[in-house]
Amino acid sequence: MSSKLGLGKWLLPAYAIVALTFLMIPIAYTFIFSFNNSVKSNIVWRGFTFDKWLNVCNQQEVCEAFGNSIIIGVTATICATILGTMIAIALVRYRFRFRAAISLLLFLPMATPEVVLGAGLAAEFLTAGVEKGLVTIIIAHTMFCVSFVVVTVKARVSTLDPALEEAGRDLYGSPNQVFWRITFPLLLPGIIAAALLSFALSFDDFIITYFNSGTTSTFPKYVYVSAARGIPAEANVIASAVFFLAIILVLISQVSSAIRRKRLEKVS
Amino acid sequence: MAFGAFATGTAREQGPRRKSRIALLLLLPGILYLMLFFLVPLVSLVLTSLQEPAPMGDIGEYQTAFKWENYVDVIGTYGEHILRSFIYAILATIFALLFSYPLAYFIGVKARRWPLVQNLLLVLVIAPFFISFLLRTLAWKSILSDEGVVISGLKALSLMAPDAHFTGTGAAVVFGLTYNFIPFMTLPLYSTLERLDTRLLEAGGDLYSKPSTTFFKVTIPLSMSGIVSGVLLTFIPAAGDYINASRNFLGGSGTAMIGNVIESNFLVTLNYPAAASLSIILMAVILVMVTVYVKRSGTEDLL
Repeated sequence: MSSKLGLGKWLLPAYAIVALTFLMIPIAYTFIFSFNNSVKSNIVWRGFTFDKWLNVCNQQEVCEAFGNSIIIGVTATICATILGTMIAIALVRYRFRFRAAISLLLFLPMATPEVVLGAGLAAEFLTAGVEKGLVTIIIAHTMFCVSFVVVTVKARVSTLDPALEEAGRDLYGSPNQVFWRITFPLLLPGIIAAALLSFALSFDDFIITYFNSGTTSTFPKYVYVSAARGIPAEANVIASAVFFLAIILVLISQVSSAIRRKRLEKVS
Repeated sequence: MAFGAFATGTAREQGPRRKSRIALLLLLPGILYLMLFFLVPLVSLVLTSLQEPAPMGDIGEYQTAFKWENYVDVIGTYGEHILRSFIYAILATIFALLFSYPLAYFIGVKARRWPLVQNLLLVLVIAPFFISFLLRTLAWKSILSDEGVVISGLKALSLMAPDAHFTGTGAAVVFGLTYNFIPFMTLPLYSTLERLDTRLLEAGGDLYSKPSTTFFKVTIPLSMSGIVSGVLLTFIPAAGDYINASRNFLGGSGTAMIGNVIESNFLVTLNYPAAASLSIILMAVILVMVTVYVKRSGTEDLL
Protein backbone atom coordinates (compact mmCIF):
# COMPACT_ATOMS: atom_id res chain seq x y z
CA MET A 1 0.00 0.00 0.00
CA SER A 2 2.04 2.95 1.20
CA SER A 3 5.57 2.42 -0.02
CA LYS A 4 6.77 5.96 0.71
CA LEU A 5 9.36 6.13 3.50
CA GLY A 6 9.15 2.34 3.62
CA LEU A 7 6.38 2.78 6.14
CA GLY A 8 4.24 -0.03 4.74
CA LYS A 9 7.20 -2.38 5.01
CA TRP A 10 7.10 -2.61 8.77
CA LEU A 11 3.82 -0.98 9.72
CA LEU A 12 1.64 -3.85 8.52
CA PRO A 13 3.71 -6.68 10.03
CA ALA A 14 3.96 -4.76 13.30
CA TYR A 15 0.20 -4.29 13.30
CA ALA A 16 -0.35 -8.00 12.62
CA ILE A 17 1.86 -8.92 15.59
CA VAL A 18 0.02 -6.51 17.90
CA ALA A 19 -3.39 -7.68 16.65
CA LEU A 20 -2.59 -11.38 17.06
CA THR A 21 -1.14 -10.75 20.52
CA PHE A 22 -4.36 -8.99 21.43
CA LEU A 23 -6.33 -12.04 20.27
CA MET A 24 -4.19 -14.30 22.48
CA ILE A 25 -4.59 -12.29 25.72
CA PRO A 26 -7.69 -14.04 27.16
CA ILE A 27 -6.33 -17.44 26.11
CA ALA A 28 -3.09 -16.79 27.96
CA TYR A 29 -5.04 -15.49 30.94
CA THR A 30 -7.24 -18.60 31.09
CA PHE A 31 -4.19 -20.85 30.81
CA ILE A 32 -2.18 -19.01 33.49
CA PHE A 33 -5.11 -19.04 35.92
CA SER A 34 -5.46 -22.81 35.51
CA PHE A 35 -2.36 -22.94 37.74
CA ASN A 36 -3.83 -20.63 40.35
CA ASN A 37 -3.92 -22.06 43.85
CA SER A 38 -7.39 -20.63 44.30
CA VAL A 39 -9.82 -21.75 46.96
CA LYS A 40 -13.21 -21.06 45.51
CA SER A 41 -13.40 -18.30 42.96
CA ASN A 42 -10.50 -17.90 40.57
CA ILE A 43 -10.06 -14.15 40.35
CA VAL A 44 -7.15 -13.24 42.61
CA TRP A 45 -3.74 -14.87 42.08
CA ARG A 46 -2.89 -17.04 45.11
CA GLY A 47 0.25 -18.75 43.95
CA PHE A 48 1.29 -21.42 41.49
CA THR A 49 0.12 -25.03 41.71
CA PHE A 50 -0.22 -28.11 39.50
CA ASP A 51 -2.98 -29.41 41.78
CA LYS A 52 -5.88 -28.40 39.58
CA TRP A 53 -4.38 -30.14 36.57
CA LEU A 54 -3.72 -33.32 38.53
CA ASN A 55 -7.09 -33.46 40.29
CA VAL A 56 -9.50 -31.98 37.77
CA CYS A 57 -12.36 -34.14 38.95
CA ASN A 58 -12.13 -32.81 42.50
CA GLN A 59 -14.72 -30.40 41.20
CA GLN A 60 -17.28 -33.04 40.37
CA GLU A 61 -19.71 -30.68 38.68
CA VAL A 62 -17.08 -29.47 36.21
CA CYS A 63 -16.15 -33.00 35.25
CA GLU A 64 -19.73 -34.11 34.88
CA ALA A 65 -20.58 -31.10 32.72
CA PHE A 66 -17.49 -31.78 30.61
CA GLY A 67 -18.51 -35.43 30.18
CA ASN A 68 -21.98 -34.39 29.04
CA SER A 69 -20.46 -31.95 26.55
CA ILE A 70 -18.35 -34.75 25.08
CA ILE A 71 -21.32 -37.15 24.81
CA ILE A 72 -23.47 -34.44 23.20
CA GLY A 73 -20.66 -33.29 20.89
CA VAL A 74 -19.85 -36.79 19.63
CA THR A 75 -23.48 -37.86 19.08
CA ALA A 76 -24.54 -34.60 17.43
CA THR A 77 -21.41 -34.64 15.25
CA ILE A 78 -22.11 -38.17 14.01
CA CYS A 79 -25.76 -37.40 13.22
CA ALA A 80 -25.05 -34.04 11.58
CA THR A 81 -22.11 -35.38 9.55
CA ILE A 82 -24.17 -38.25 8.10
CA LEU A 83 -27.20 -36.09 7.29
CA GLY A 84 -25.12 -33.21 5.95
CA THR A 85 -22.82 -35.36 3.81
CA MET A 86 -25.79 -37.01 2.12
CA ILE A 87 -27.31 -33.61 1.34
CA ALA A 88 -23.98 -32.26 0.05
CA ILE A 89 -23.57 -35.20 -2.35
CA ALA A 90 -27.12 -34.77 -3.62
CA LEU A 91 -26.70 -31.02 -4.11
CA VAL A 92 -23.53 -31.33 -6.17
CA ARG A 93 -24.30 -34.44 -8.18
CA TYR A 94 -28.02 -34.33 -8.91
CA ARG A 95 -30.53 -31.99 -10.42
CA PHE A 96 -33.94 -31.86 -8.82
CA ARG A 97 -36.89 -29.60 -8.27
CA PHE A 98 -37.18 -27.23 -5.31
CA ARG A 99 -33.43 -26.73 -5.36
CA ALA A 100 -33.69 -23.05 -4.44
CA ALA A 101 -36.05 -23.84 -1.58
CA ILE A 102 -33.69 -26.49 -0.23
CA SER A 103 -30.69 -24.14 -0.45
CA LEU A 104 -32.68 -21.55 1.47
CA LEU A 105 -33.64 -24.12 4.11
CA LEU A 106 -29.94 -24.93 4.53
CA PHE A 107 -28.84 -21.30 4.59
CA LEU A 108 -31.41 -19.97 7.04
CA PRO A 109 -30.24 -21.83 10.18
CA MET A 110 -26.80 -20.24 9.71
CA ALA A 111 -28.35 -16.78 9.34
CA THR A 112 -30.67 -17.08 12.32
CA PRO A 113 -29.46 -15.74 15.67
CA GLU A 114 -28.87 -18.54 18.16
CA VAL A 115 -31.32 -17.11 20.63
CA VAL A 116 -34.10 -17.45 18.04
CA LEU A 117 -33.11 -21.04 17.20
CA GLY A 118 -32.98 -21.88 20.89
CA ALA A 119 -36.27 -20.22 21.80
CA GLY A 120 -38.01 -21.76 18.77
CA LEU A 121 -36.97 -25.30 19.63
CA ALA A 122 -37.84 -24.71 23.27
CA ALA A 123 -41.29 -23.48 22.22
CA GLU A 124 -41.73 -26.60 20.11
CA PHE A 125 -40.67 -28.92 22.92
CA LEU A 126 -42.96 -27.04 25.28
CA THR A 127 -45.96 -27.41 22.95
CA ALA A 128 -45.19 -31.07 22.36
CA GLY A 129 -44.70 -31.67 26.07
CA VAL A 130 -41.20 -33.10 25.62
CA GLU A 131 -39.06 -33.10 28.73
CA LYS A 132 -35.80 -31.24 28.14
CA GLY A 133 -32.50 -32.98 28.77
CA LEU A 134 -29.58 -34.67 27.05
CA VAL A 135 -31.69 -35.82 24.07
CA THR A 136 -33.17 -32.39 23.35
CA ILE A 137 -29.68 -30.84 23.48
CA ILE A 138 -28.42 -33.43 20.97
CA ILE A 139 -31.42 -32.75 18.69
CA ALA A 140 -30.72 -29.01 18.84
CA HIS A 141 -26.98 -29.36 18.18
CA THR A 142 -27.51 -31.72 15.24
CA MET A 143 -29.91 -29.16 13.76
CA PHE A 144 -27.49 -26.24 13.72
CA CYS A 145 -24.49 -28.37 12.67
CA VAL A 146 -26.12 -29.88 9.54
CA SER A 147 -25.85 -26.68 7.47
CA PHE A 148 -22.19 -26.23 8.34
CA VAL A 149 -21.47 -29.85 7.35
CA VAL A 150 -23.24 -29.34 4.01
CA VAL A 151 -21.17 -26.23 3.23
CA THR A 152 -17.88 -27.92 4.16
CA VAL A 153 -18.48 -31.25 2.39
CA LYS A 154 -20.03 -29.56 -0.68
CA ALA A 155 -16.77 -27.72 -1.28
CA ARG A 156 -15.00 -31.08 -1.34
CA VAL A 157 -17.56 -32.91 -3.52
CA SER A 158 -17.39 -30.23 -6.19
CA THR A 159 -13.61 -30.70 -6.52
CA LEU A 160 -14.03 -34.46 -7.11
CA ASP A 161 -13.25 -35.68 -10.61
CA PRO A 162 -16.21 -37.83 -11.79
CA ALA A 163 -13.77 -39.60 -14.14
CA LEU A 164 -12.30 -41.45 -11.15
CA GLU A 165 -15.67 -43.03 -10.36
CA GLU A 166 -16.25 -43.80 -14.03
CA ALA A 167 -12.92 -45.58 -14.11
CA GLY A 168 -14.02 -47.66 -11.13
CA ARG A 169 -17.21 -48.65 -12.93
CA ASP A 170 -15.32 -49.41 -16.14
CA LEU A 171 -13.26 -51.83 -14.11
CA TYR A 172 -16.49 -53.62 -13.11
CA GLY A 173 -16.62 -52.22 -9.58
CA SER A 174 -20.03 -52.68 -8.04
CA PRO A 175 -21.82 -49.47 -7.03
CA ASN A 176 -21.00 -50.25 -3.41
CA GLN A 177 -17.34 -50.87 -4.17
CA VAL A 178 -17.09 -47.68 -6.21
CA PHE A 179 -18.59 -45.66 -3.39
CA TRP A 180 -16.61 -47.10 -0.50
CA ARG A 181 -13.30 -47.56 -2.35
CA ILE A 182 -13.19 -44.43 -4.49
CA THR A 183 -15.75 -41.78 -3.63
CA PHE A 184 -15.68 -42.09 0.14
CA PRO A 185 -11.88 -41.99 0.58
CA LEU A 186 -11.71 -38.96 -1.70
CA LEU A 187 -14.43 -37.21 0.29
CA LEU A 188 -12.93 -38.18 3.63
CA PRO A 189 -10.83 -35.04 4.24
CA GLY A 190 -13.93 -32.91 3.70
CA ILE A 191 -16.01 -35.14 5.95
CA ILE A 192 -13.37 -35.05 8.70
CA ALA A 193 -13.13 -31.26 8.47
CA ALA A 194 -16.93 -31.04 8.71
CA ALA A 195 -17.02 -33.38 11.71
CA LEU A 196 -14.34 -31.38 13.54
CA LEU A 197 -16.20 -28.15 12.84
CA SER A 198 -19.46 -29.70 14.11
CA PHE A 199 -17.81 -30.91 17.27
CA ALA A 200 -16.24 -27.52 17.91
CA LEU A 201 -19.59 -25.77 17.35
CA SER A 202 -21.43 -28.20 19.58
CA PHE A 203 -18.83 -28.21 22.33
CA ASP A 204 -18.77 -24.42 22.65
CA ASP A 205 -22.48 -23.79 22.16
CA PHE A 206 -24.17 -22.10 25.04
CA ILE A 207 -27.25 -20.14 23.97
CA ILE A 208 -29.17 -22.89 22.15
CA THR A 209 -28.15 -25.38 24.84
CA TYR A 210 -29.37 -23.17 27.66
CA PHE A 211 -32.87 -22.97 26.21
CA ASN A 212 -33.15 -26.71 25.66
CA SER A 213 -31.20 -28.35 28.48
CA GLY A 214 -33.64 -28.53 31.38
CA THR A 215 -31.53 -29.58 34.35
CA THR A 216 -28.76 -31.21 32.29
CA SER A 217 -25.43 -29.40 32.54
CA THR A 218 -22.85 -28.88 29.83
CA PHE A 219 -19.43 -27.28 30.13
CA PRO A 220 -20.46 -23.83 28.80
CA LYS A 221 -23.67 -23.96 30.81
CA TYR A 222 -21.69 -24.75 33.94
CA VAL A 223 -19.46 -21.73 33.31
CA TYR A 224 -22.47 -19.47 32.75
CA VAL A 225 -24.34 -20.63 35.83
CA SER A 226 -21.33 -20.41 38.13
CA ALA A 227 -20.08 -17.10 36.71
CA ALA A 228 -21.96 -15.26 39.46
CA ARG A 229 -20.26 -17.09 42.32
CA GLY A 230 -16.89 -17.57 40.64
CA ILE A 231 -15.47 -20.22 38.32
CA PRO A 232 -13.15 -22.81 39.87
CA ALA A 233 -9.68 -23.15 38.32
CA GLU A 234 -10.61 -26.69 37.24
CA ALA A 235 -12.76 -25.13 34.49
CA ASN A 236 -9.65 -23.31 33.23
CA VAL A 237 -7.79 -26.64 33.24
CA ILE A 238 -10.41 -28.29 31.04
CA ALA A 239 -10.65 -25.31 28.68
CA SER A 240 -6.85 -25.13 28.35
CA ALA A 241 -6.53 -28.87 27.75
CA VAL A 242 -9.21 -28.75 25.05
CA PHE A 243 -7.47 -25.73 23.53
CA PHE A 244 -4.09 -27.45 23.22
CA LEU A 245 -5.66 -30.66 21.92
CA ALA A 246 -7.49 -28.69 19.21
CA ILE A 247 -4.35 -26.76 18.25
CA ILE A 248 -2.39 -30.01 17.99
CA LEU A 249 -5.10 -31.55 15.78
CA VAL A 250 -5.08 -28.50 13.51
CA LEU A 251 -1.29 -28.53 13.23
CA ILE A 252 -1.29 -32.28 12.44
CA SER A 253 -3.89 -31.79 9.70
CA GLN A 254 -1.87 -28.88 8.27
CA VAL A 255 1.33 -30.89 8.20
CA SER A 256 -0.30 -34.01 6.78
CA SER A 257 -2.03 -32.08 3.99
CA ALA A 258 1.29 -30.41 3.16
CA ILE A 259 2.95 -33.84 2.98
CA ARG A 260 0.13 -35.21 0.81
CA ARG A 261 0.43 -32.25 -1.54
CA LYS A 262 4.17 -32.85 -1.90
CA ARG A 263 3.61 -36.54 -2.57
CA LEU A 264 0.97 -35.78 -5.22
CA GLU A 265 3.33 -33.31 -6.87
CA LYS A 266 5.96 -36.04 -7.06
CA VAL A 267 3.52 -38.55 -8.60
CA SER A 268 2.32 -36.16 -11.27
CA MET B 1 -27.89 -48.32 1.29
CA ALA B 2 -28.17 -44.81 -0.01
CA PHE B 3 -24.42 -44.40 -0.26
CA GLY B 4 -24.03 -47.44 -2.50
CA ALA B 5 -26.81 -46.19 -4.69
CA PHE B 6 -25.06 -42.85 -5.06
CA ALA B 7 -22.13 -44.42 -6.87
CA THR B 8 -24.33 -45.63 -9.70
CA GLY B 9 -26.07 -42.32 -9.92
CA THR B 10 -23.72 -40.63 -12.31
CA ALA B 11 -23.59 -43.59 -14.72
CA ARG B 12 -24.84 -42.41 -18.06
CA GLU B 13 -27.05 -45.43 -18.66
CA GLN B 14 -29.19 -44.68 -15.60
CA GLY B 15 -32.55 -43.13 -16.40
CA PRO B 16 -33.53 -39.76 -14.96
CA ARG B 17 -36.21 -41.34 -12.80
CA ARG B 18 -33.70 -43.52 -10.95
CA LYS B 19 -31.45 -40.50 -10.49
CA SER B 20 -34.13 -38.40 -8.91
CA ARG B 21 -35.02 -41.28 -6.60
CA ILE B 22 -31.44 -41.46 -5.35
CA ALA B 23 -31.32 -37.69 -4.90
CA LEU B 24 -34.51 -37.93 -2.89
CA LEU B 25 -33.10 -40.71 -0.71
CA LEU B 26 -29.99 -38.64 -0.01
CA LEU B 27 -31.88 -35.45 0.69
CA LEU B 28 -34.90 -36.73 2.56
CA PRO B 29 -33.48 -37.52 6.02
CA GLY B 30 -31.60 -34.24 6.38
CA ILE B 31 -34.33 -32.07 4.91
CA LEU B 32 -37.02 -33.71 7.05
CA TYR B 33 -34.80 -33.17 10.08
CA LEU B 34 -34.39 -29.47 9.32
CA MET B 35 -38.10 -29.09 8.70
CA LEU B 36 -38.96 -30.77 11.96
CA PHE B 37 -36.36 -29.01 14.12
CA PHE B 38 -35.85 -25.71 12.30
CA LEU B 39 -39.01 -24.79 10.37
CA VAL B 40 -41.60 -26.20 12.76
CA PRO B 41 -39.93 -24.41 15.71
CA LEU B 42 -40.12 -21.12 13.81
CA VAL B 43 -43.81 -21.73 13.18
CA SER B 44 -44.39 -22.66 16.80
CA LEU B 45 -42.51 -19.51 17.78
CA VAL B 46 -44.93 -17.45 15.68
CA LEU B 47 -47.91 -19.26 17.25
CA THR B 48 -46.49 -18.80 20.75
CA SER B 49 -45.97 -15.09 20.09
CA LEU B 50 -49.72 -14.71 19.55
CA GLN B 51 -50.86 -16.65 22.62
CA GLU B 52 -52.74 -15.12 25.51
CA PRO B 53 -52.66 -16.10 29.19
CA ALA B 54 -54.99 -18.97 30.00
CA PRO B 55 -57.93 -17.82 32.10
CA MET B 56 -57.54 -19.05 35.67
CA GLY B 57 -54.23 -20.57 34.61
CA ASP B 58 -50.96 -20.56 36.52
CA ILE B 59 -47.98 -18.44 35.59
CA GLY B 60 -46.56 -19.83 32.38
CA GLU B 61 -49.86 -21.27 31.12
CA TYR B 62 -51.04 -19.88 27.80
CA GLN B 63 -53.66 -20.71 25.23
CA THR B 64 -53.77 -20.34 21.47
CA ALA B 65 -55.03 -16.97 20.32
CA PHE B 66 -54.24 -14.31 17.77
CA LYS B 67 -53.22 -11.61 20.13
CA TRP B 68 -51.27 -9.29 17.83
CA GLU B 69 -51.07 -6.71 20.63
CA ASN B 70 -48.28 -8.84 22.08
CA TYR B 71 -45.98 -7.27 19.50
CA VAL B 72 -47.10 -3.76 20.35
CA ASP B 73 -46.67 -4.44 24.07
CA VAL B 74 -43.23 -5.90 23.60
CA ILE B 75 -42.03 -2.98 21.47
CA GLY B 76 -43.43 -0.59 24.05
CA THR B 77 -41.74 -2.36 26.94
CA TYR B 78 -38.47 -3.39 25.31
CA GLY B 79 -38.04 -0.86 22.50
CA GLU B 80 -34.93 0.45 24.23
CA HIS B 81 -33.36 -3.04 24.39
CA ILE B 82 -34.13 -3.73 20.74
CA LEU B 83 -32.55 -0.45 19.65
CA ARG B 84 -29.54 -1.00 21.92
CA SER B 85 -28.92 -4.48 20.45
CA PHE B 86 -28.68 -3.16 16.94
CA ILE B 87 -26.51 -0.17 17.92
CA TYR B 88 -24.10 -2.44 19.83
CA ALA B 89 -24.04 -4.97 16.99
CA ILE B 90 -23.40 -2.31 14.33
CA LEU B 91 -20.61 -0.73 16.38
CA ALA B 92 -19.01 -4.13 17.04
CA THR B 93 -19.22 -4.99 13.33
CA ILE B 94 -17.52 -1.71 12.33
CA PHE B 95 -14.75 -2.15 14.92
CA ALA B 96 -14.23 -5.77 13.93
CA LEU B 97 -13.95 -4.76 10.26
CA LEU B 98 -11.43 -2.00 11.03
CA PHE B 99 -9.44 -4.38 13.21
CA SER B 100 -9.56 -7.33 10.81
CA TYR B 101 -8.96 -5.74 7.42
CA PRO B 102 -5.26 -4.87 7.85
CA LEU B 103 -4.68 -8.19 9.60
CA ALA B 104 -6.38 -10.17 6.82
CA TYR B 105 -4.52 -8.08 4.23
CA PHE B 106 -1.20 -8.90 5.83
CA ILE B 107 -1.93 -12.64 6.05
CA GLY B 108 -3.60 -12.92 2.65
CA VAL B 109 -1.39 -10.63 0.54
CA LYS B 110 1.91 -9.80 2.25
CA ALA B 111 2.52 -13.24 3.79
CA ARG B 112 1.83 -15.05 0.50
CA ARG B 113 5.51 -15.62 -0.10
CA TRP B 114 5.74 -17.84 2.98
CA PRO B 115 2.89 -20.38 2.91
CA LEU B 116 3.97 -21.92 6.21
CA VAL B 117 3.89 -18.56 8.01
CA GLN B 118 0.55 -17.84 6.39
CA ASN B 119 -0.95 -21.08 7.73
CA LEU B 120 0.52 -20.50 11.17
CA LEU B 121 -0.95 -16.98 11.33
CA LEU B 122 -4.33 -18.36 10.32
CA VAL B 123 -4.17 -20.90 13.13
CA LEU B 124 -3.55 -17.99 15.52
CA VAL B 125 -6.58 -16.14 14.13
CA ILE B 126 -8.89 -19.10 14.78
CA ALA B 127 -7.22 -20.04 18.07
CA PRO B 128 -9.80 -18.15 20.18
CA PHE B 129 -12.45 -20.55 18.79
CA PHE B 130 -10.78 -23.38 20.63
CA ILE B 131 -11.18 -21.93 24.07
CA SER B 132 -14.60 -21.58 25.63
CA PHE B 133 -16.41 -18.43 24.47
CA LEU B 134 -17.64 -17.84 28.03
CA LEU B 135 -14.23 -18.25 29.68
CA ARG B 136 -12.68 -15.90 27.13
CA THR B 137 -15.26 -13.27 28.02
CA LEU B 138 -14.76 -13.84 31.75
CA ALA B 139 -11.01 -13.49 31.23
CA TRP B 140 -11.57 -10.03 29.74
CA LYS B 141 -13.83 -9.19 32.64
CA SER B 142 -11.03 -9.91 35.11
CA ILE B 143 -8.36 -8.22 33.01
CA LEU B 144 -10.45 -5.07 32.57
CA SER B 145 -11.93 -4.99 36.08
CA ASP B 146 -11.43 -1.93 38.27
CA GLU B 147 -8.69 -3.73 40.23
CA GLY B 148 -7.01 -5.00 37.05
CA VAL B 149 -3.71 -3.69 35.70
CA VAL B 150 -5.22 -1.96 32.69
CA ILE B 151 -7.85 0.14 34.41
CA SER B 152 -5.82 0.95 37.52
CA GLY B 153 -2.95 1.91 35.21
CA LEU B 154 -5.15 4.24 33.19
CA LYS B 155 -6.40 5.77 36.40
CA ALA B 156 -2.89 6.28 37.72
CA LEU B 157 -2.01 8.09 34.50
CA SER B 158 -5.17 10.20 34.92
CA LEU B 159 -6.45 8.95 31.57
CA MET B 160 -9.57 7.75 33.32
CA ALA B 161 -11.57 9.39 36.09
CA PRO B 162 -10.79 7.72 39.44
CA ASP B 163 -14.41 6.73 40.00
CA ALA B 164 -15.05 5.51 36.43
CA HIS B 165 -15.61 1.85 35.52
CA PHE B 166 -15.13 -0.05 32.32
CA THR B 167 -16.82 -3.40 32.99
CA GLY B 168 -20.55 -3.01 33.27
CA THR B 169 -20.71 -0.25 30.65
CA GLY B 170 -21.95 -0.30 27.08
CA ALA B 171 -18.37 0.25 25.90
CA ALA B 172 -17.33 -2.99 27.60
CA VAL B 173 -20.16 -4.90 25.91
CA VAL B 174 -19.20 -3.52 22.49
CA PHE B 175 -15.57 -4.40 23.25
CA GLY B 176 -16.54 -7.98 24.15
CA LEU B 177 -18.73 -8.40 21.08
CA THR B 178 -15.94 -7.06 18.87
CA TYR B 179 -13.35 -9.37 20.37
CA ASN B 180 -15.53 -12.46 20.22
CA PHE B 181 -16.49 -12.07 16.58
CA ILE B 182 -13.13 -10.91 15.12
CA PRO B 183 -12.28 -14.38 13.72
CA PHE B 184 -15.65 -14.46 11.90
CA MET B 185 -14.66 -11.20 10.23
CA THR B 186 -11.00 -12.01 9.55
CA LEU B 187 -11.52 -15.42 7.91
CA PRO B 188 -13.81 -14.39 5.01
CA LEU B 189 -11.71 -11.25 4.45
CA TYR B 190 -8.61 -13.42 4.30
CA SER B 191 -10.15 -15.84 1.82
CA THR B 192 -10.98 -13.07 -0.68
CA LEU B 193 -7.77 -11.10 -0.15
CA GLU B 194 -5.76 -14.30 -0.57
CA ARG B 195 -7.02 -14.47 -4.16
CA LEU B 196 -6.44 -10.76 -4.84
CA ASP B 197 -4.37 -10.28 -7.99
CA THR B 198 -1.57 -7.95 -6.88
CA ARG B 199 -0.79 -7.03 -10.50
CA LEU B 200 -3.98 -4.96 -10.43
CA LEU B 201 -2.54 -2.92 -7.54
CA GLU B 202 0.67 -2.40 -9.51
CA ALA B 203 -1.43 -1.30 -12.47
CA GLY B 204 -3.05 1.31 -10.24
CA GLY B 205 0.39 2.61 -9.28
CA ASP B 206 1.54 2.61 -12.91
CA LEU B 207 -1.43 4.80 -13.74
CA TYR B 208 -0.15 7.35 -11.21
CA SER B 209 -2.80 6.77 -8.59
CA LYS B 210 -1.87 7.46 -5.00
CA PRO B 211 -1.61 4.32 -2.84
CA SER B 212 -4.73 5.43 -0.98
CA THR B 213 -6.65 5.84 -4.26
CA THR B 214 -5.55 2.37 -5.36
CA PHE B 215 -6.67 1.01 -2.03
CA PHE B 216 -10.15 2.54 -2.18
CA LYS B 217 -10.71 2.06 -5.92
CA VAL B 218 -9.12 -1.35 -6.45
CA THR B 219 -8.46 -3.30 -3.26
CA ILE B 220 -11.72 -2.55 -1.44
CA PRO B 221 -14.05 -3.24 -4.41
CA LEU B 222 -12.19 -6.48 -5.18
CA SER B 223 -12.57 -7.68 -1.60
CA MET B 224 -16.22 -6.68 -1.33
CA SER B 225 -17.54 -10.25 -1.19
CA GLY B 226 -15.29 -10.95 1.80
CA ILE B 227 -16.40 -7.76 3.50
CA VAL B 228 -20.06 -8.68 2.99
CA SER B 229 -19.66 -12.22 4.37
CA GLY B 230 -17.60 -10.97 7.29
CA VAL B 231 -20.12 -8.27 8.15
CA LEU B 232 -22.99 -10.79 8.07
CA LEU B 233 -21.10 -13.39 10.09
CA THR B 234 -20.32 -10.77 12.74
CA PHE B 235 -23.52 -8.74 12.78
CA ILE B 236 -26.06 -11.58 13.00
CA PRO B 237 -24.61 -13.38 16.04
CA ALA B 238 -23.67 -10.08 17.70
CA ALA B 239 -27.23 -8.75 17.49
CA GLY B 240 -28.62 -11.86 19.17
CA ASP B 241 -25.84 -12.35 21.72
CA TYR B 242 -26.59 -12.02 25.39
CA ILE B 243 -23.42 -13.32 27.04
CA ASN B 244 -21.35 -10.16 26.69
CA ALA B 245 -24.20 -7.93 27.84
CA SER B 246 -25.06 -10.15 30.81
CA ARG B 247 -24.37 -8.68 34.28
CA ASN B 248 -22.13 -11.59 35.24
CA PHE B 249 -19.96 -11.00 32.18
CA LEU B 250 -19.11 -7.61 30.66
CA GLY B 251 -22.49 -5.90 31.00
CA GLY B 252 -24.18 -3.99 33.77
CA SER B 253 -27.60 -2.78 34.77
CA GLY B 254 -28.11 -0.60 31.71
CA THR B 255 -26.70 -2.80 28.96
CA ALA B 256 -29.32 -5.55 28.49
CA MET B 257 -29.79 -6.50 24.85
CA ILE B 258 -32.71 -8.21 23.13
CA GLY B 259 -31.16 -11.64 23.81
CA ASN B 260 -31.10 -10.92 27.55
CA VAL B 261 -34.80 -10.04 27.60
CA ILE B 262 -35.71 -13.06 25.48
CA GLU B 263 -33.83 -15.26 27.92
CA SER B 264 -35.35 -13.74 31.05
CA ASN B 265 -38.88 -13.80 29.62
CA PHE B 266 -38.58 -17.37 28.38
CA LEU B 267 -36.65 -19.01 31.19
CA VAL B 268 -37.21 -16.84 34.26
CA THR B 269 -40.62 -15.15 34.17
CA LEU B 270 -42.09 -17.81 31.81
CA ASN B 271 -43.65 -15.11 29.66
CA TYR B 272 -43.40 -17.24 26.50
CA PRO B 273 -45.49 -14.98 24.23
CA ALA B 274 -43.27 -11.96 24.97
CA ALA B 275 -40.08 -13.99 24.41
CA ALA B 276 -41.47 -15.39 21.17
CA SER B 277 -42.58 -11.97 19.85
CA LEU B 278 -39.15 -10.55 20.63
CA SER B 279 -37.48 -13.45 18.78
CA ILE B 280 -39.66 -12.93 15.72
CA ILE B 281 -38.91 -9.19 15.78
CA LEU B 282 -35.18 -9.87 16.07
CA MET B 283 -35.25 -12.30 13.17
CA ALA B 284 -37.41 -10.03 10.99
CA VAL B 285 -35.21 -6.97 11.55
CA ILE B 286 -32.08 -8.99 10.81
CA LEU B 287 -33.55 -10.42 7.61
CA VAL B 288 -34.59 -6.96 6.40
CA MET B 289 -31.22 -5.39 7.26
CA VAL B 290 -29.30 -8.25 5.66
CA THR B 291 -31.36 -8.14 2.46
CA VAL B 292 -30.98 -4.36 2.12
CA TYR B 293 -27.26 -4.53 2.89
CA VAL B 294 -26.58 -7.34 0.44
CA LYS B 295 -28.59 -5.61 -2.31
CA ARG B 296 -26.80 -2.29 -1.76
CA SER B 297 -23.33 -3.78 -1.73
CA GLY B 298 -24.13 -5.56 -4.99
CA THR B 299 -23.28 -9.12 -4.01
CA GLU B 300 -26.67 -10.77 -4.27
CA ASP B 301 -25.35 -14.09 -5.53
CA LEU B 302 -23.85 -14.60 -2.10
CA LEU B 303 -27.13 -15.85 -0.68
